[in-house]
Amino acid sequence: MTTVGTELLLDARDISKRYGAVVALRSASLAVRPGEVHALMGANGAGKSTLVKILSGGVRADGGTISVRGRPYGAHSPAEARRGGVVSVYQEPALIPDLDVRSNLRLTATAVEPVRHWLAELGLPDLDVSSMVRDLPLASLRVIDLARALAIEPDVLMLDEITAALPANLTERVLEVVARHRGTERSIIFISHRLIEIGVVCDRATVLREGATVGVVDVGAGSDDRIVRLMLGEISRRAPAVAAGPAGAGARTPETAPRLTARGLSAATRLRDVSFDLYPGEVLGLVALEGQGQDELFDILAGSERPAGGELLVDGAHVSFHHPADAIRAGLVYVPADRAEALLMQRSVRENIALPFSGPVGAWGLINVRGERRKVDAAVRTLQIDTRAAAEVRRLSGGNQQKVTIARWVAGGVRTMLCFDPTRGIDIGTKQQIYQLLRELAAAGAAVLLYTSELKEIQLACDRAIVVFNGRVVAEIPALEADEPTLLRAAYDLKPDEAIPELAVGETA
Amino acid sequence: MSAATEALGRRRVGVGEAVTSWIRRSPWIVALIGLLVVFFAITKMLVPNYGAPGVQALGISILPNALAAVAQAIVVISGGIDLSVGSMMALTSVVSAVLMKGQSDIFAVGVVLGTLALGVLLGAINGALIVATRVPDIVVTLAMSFVWAGVALLIIHTPGGGAAPWLMETIRGPLVSEWIPRGLVVLAVLVGAIWIPLRRSNLGLSLFAIGSNRLAAFRSGVPVDRMKIVSYALTGLFSSLAGLALTANTGNASPVPGPYTLESIAAIVLGGVSLAGGRGGVVGPILAVAVLYLIRIDLQFIGINPNFGTVVQGVILIGVVMLGSFLALRRVRP
Amino acid sequence: MTSVGTGTAERNPWLTRATWRRILRDQPLIPLSGLLIALVIVLQLVQPGIVTASWAGVIVRQAVPLAILAGCQTLAMLTGGIDLSVGAVASMAAFVMATLVNGQGPVVAVLAGLGVALAAGVVTGVGIGVFKVHPLIMTLGMSLVVLGLVAVYQLAMVLSGVVIPDPILWLGSETSFGFLPNSLFLFVPLSAVIVLGLRRSGYGRLLFAVGDNAIAARLAGVRIWQVLIVLYTLSALLAAIAGFLIAGLNKTASPALVESAVLPSVAAAVIGGTSILGGRGGFAGTIVGALILTLLTTLLTTLNMPEAMRQVLFGAIIVVVAAAYTRVTGEA
Repeated sequence: MTTVGTELLLDARDISKRYGAVVALRSASLAVRPGEVHALMGANGAGKSTLVKILSGGVRADGGTISVRGRPYGAHSPAEARRGGVVSVYQEPALIPDLDVRSNLRLTATAVEPVRHWLAELGLPDLDVSSMVRDLPLASLRVIDLARALAIEPDVLMLDEITAALPANLTERVLEVVARHRGTERSIIFISHRLIEIGVVCDRATVLREGATVGVVDVGAGSDDRIVRLMLGEISRRAPAVAAGPAGAGARTPETAPRLTARGLSAATRLRDVSFDLYPGEVLGLVALEGQGQDELFDILAGSERPAGGELLVDGAHVSFHHPADAIRAGLVYVPADRAEALLMQRSVRENIALPFSGPVGAWGLINVRGERRKVDAAVRTLQIDTRAAAEVRRLSGGNQQKVTIARWVAGGVRTMLCFDPTRGIDIGTKQQIYQLLRELAAAGAAVLLYTSELKEIQLACDRAIVVFNGRVVAEIPALEADEPTLLRAAYDLKPDEAIPELAVGETA
Repeated sequence: MSAATEALGRRRVGVGEAVTSWIRRSPWIVALIGLLVVFFAITKMLVPNYGAPGVQALGISILPNALAAVAQAIVVISGGIDLSVGSMMALTSVVSAVLMKGQSDIFAVGVVLGTLALGVLLGAINGALIVATRVPDIVVTLAMSFVWAGVALLIIHTPGGGAAPWLMETIRGPLVSEWIPRGLVVLAVLVGAIWIPLRRSNLGLSLFAIGSNRLAAFRSGVPVDRMKIVSYALTGLFSSLAGLALTANTGNASPVPGPYTLESIAAIVLGGVSLAGGRGGVVGPILAVAVLYLIRIDLQFIGINPNFGTVVQGVILIGVVMLGSFLALRRVRP
Repeated sequence: MTSVGTGTAERNPWLTRATWRRILRDQPLIPLSGLLIALVIVLQLVQPGIVTASWAGVIVRQAVPLAILAGCQTLAMLTGGIDLSVGAVASMAAFVMATLVNGQGPVVAVLAGLGVALAAGVVTGVGIGVFKVHPLIMTLGMSLVVLGLVAVYQLAMVLSGVVIPDPILWLGSETSFGFLPNSLFLFVPLSAVIVLGLRRSGYGRLLFAVGDNAIAARLAGVRIWQVLIVLYTLSALLAAIAGFLIAGLNKTASPALVESAVLPSVAAAVIGGTSILGGRGGFAGTIVGALILTLLTTLLTTLNMPEAMRQVLFGAIIVVVAAAYTRVTGEA
């Protein structure tokens, strides 16, 4: 059956995809052999999720070729992908909340018995298939979704962060089942941020960076280090762009009072116990792998959600936010990563920047056009926003859009700015401008909290960094020492002195 | 003592397990049945001789509303909303009455089948327009409600047409016992013959799926656009049944839509169908129609202006939705 | 897609579809006014000599109340809502006003009419803003409540007659200088306030903001419930004013006075370029939309088309226009 020509089970070559002006994939290739567990790796925005969507029929590629078992493959929908032998398990389970499990299986034409078998294998032997999906915890849903996909017995099974949201005992069973696929006729594409899992279950790893495949690594001794290096690209070895960065922290005297103090903040999910002080004049970096509680932390700080526990102090006084307006009045302004969450896409740059001015009922009357224009123009100049397409924000580039969300707060004067991954998916030049701006804000006495998924930003923009893992602060690192390997180790909750085990093996070998 | 009651309770579960699990699964319907019983009791108190004739009247009166509620329930469960139900009823009623007038019984059978096909077509046009134009359901069906009502008015200006005698007899009068109105039997048969098999089929599952979570449905392989059209076509089918019920009830047809669209929305909301889609059934809305009917006649019996019935209906509509969103908010907060 | 794409427009200024799309998207007033003029020309051709100053006055007098009701829809639709209670509220305000003239005098009567509308609007706004009831359901429910209450009130007030006070008659149905409808004396300042308010007031900005992106508005510190309560209250007050004008125009008032204008009011707003999804539109387009609908009605009447045909056409026009706007605005 297996001839030399069709050795590959799945062969995707030079896949490209653009969304409007944004290039999601430039040239991604992925070659999966039969019977291997193949890791797909890449930092945020590297194009993993786009590639997964293309393979699973969610979106169409603009260019490139895909074949499965030597036959050309192009799916318009997940149903077609399944007929072509490719099944995906997504991060949000593809289960209908208002149907019971059995009906969900029927909807996807999957027999119950094999699913029961796999549920037992995966550690949920007692699951009642007549329970409503809505009533089941997320972890169970992910396992059910996986069991269903296994029962379908596809040629290629794609698992997107399958162990996220799973408790340790289930994670172990899932990894064991995944590993069992090695050496069979079928293959698994395994997407995960957890290097340790990759080392345990995967045979090879394809690494994406900036929309292109940058390398394929045989998983084994020392491979973690190579994978990380490929993911990061050429680590910029240049000194922090702003020399004043660490100096700013040094200028802080012991008697400086913190602008913002969090004590034992917790949320219903993920965020367990986070405490930190944020001082005026500093940019405090926050580093975490995806889903460690940072989203919940920022929601609480921005006034969108109420904490389940802990306390928050602004300038030493207790605060309790019921609405983002409360946070704004306390001087805490929020720049989200997702521009779609912050911008009025059909409105002009001016209206977007001036939006917070109109919030309070007292400002509902006639607008002082001249005063508004002065403030807006100043903010536009500060951020060097390209206003050629200012009539509708959605026509701006991603970088310019992000500048508008920041300009909104700069125009009103910033005391404390909370930035959640503000440079996600924007070009390098704009990134530099944003770091520069954050430094200038801090120099002018503002306090900035910056969560970033790009580790090198810490040294470029921050004075010090705290690392959050599993809902807790696990490390505080001064910017000078916060190089990427150090931060990455801390983010995986490995102590600085203890090397990643596999990595150590690789070095000695 | 507590141990004893516990043991007793356990034995009882063993006996009526099916019933208790059904009650647990459908608290809303149980509550509606309770409400219905309460209103029957109130009616009986107000009018001591309320009995079989009253039930007969109820059977005939609620048939069009109940079918309209079923029509609305199907589309809302599938994640849409159809503001043209009343207009489709008027149009199908007019078409059936005009074609049936003075014709033979056999011909009338053909007219009934043709009217049902027309209903499916009207609904499918609504659905196809929504899918093709991507204009929100509300706008399309609001606009189409005028189109369908206008077409009905183009056919006849004033109430007219006729109904085959057998059609009228099908829904009028008692069956076997004077306590069983034929209208309710017809309703039960229609729901039993169309909705129950549908609900158990993959098609029905797909309708719930697209209403519950469109993305998950797409990823589960459901053809979401096609299902949307199917849901509107089914709504058209039940609207045409409701239109036929109007024709059969009065023996002619009025080209002016009655207040059925609004009532159908009130009924499905009261009947436990989630406006967000994916949840509910058709039994709840039918019970809700009966409750709304009893409220109206009770107000009449008390001697209160019947217009208060509209007020009560509006308050119920708003109140139930408020309650629903309030409960939903509570559920989100742990 | 990143650049605004002026290049293609310069090369081929009139013929590209992209140009037309851009005009329809950014300047809907231009094609709308063209349509309006075309309708006038068609009318003149169908019935030569019909287009005169006094005829224009009649058209405007009919269009003004519709434009005000469509203004309610415009404001609500800008936030992504809809107000289907305008018919019931307008009828209620006019009827309450007309029944109180005999006993209480015109001033109290008018204030009472505005007062009941205000109360209904506040209730609607609280339901939508605080209890998060979908605007469609809330306003449908409110129109049931209002209709029922007015019918009950009608029976209670069976003795007092319906009287439309002279100032309202003057505003609603009389003209100055032989052709200028007096309703314009109210409508012109009113629409100036609305148009200016939408563009230049903080509150106007918030209506667009809430409809464009409610999450973003909230994150920017906007308390959306406040915006919505004020919105539906304003909408009810505007509806009451339209109700007065219609009572003045028809020289009578009844509990079902304005019911038939609800869908045309939505139609006028949709035709005028306001998106039901929110965040896009304005009152100027709505006024033109109301004029177009009024002219269309006149044209159909002139052609001896039955009322039913008008309904069919209105419905079809809404779908076609909404689809066209969805197409041109759907792409970035």
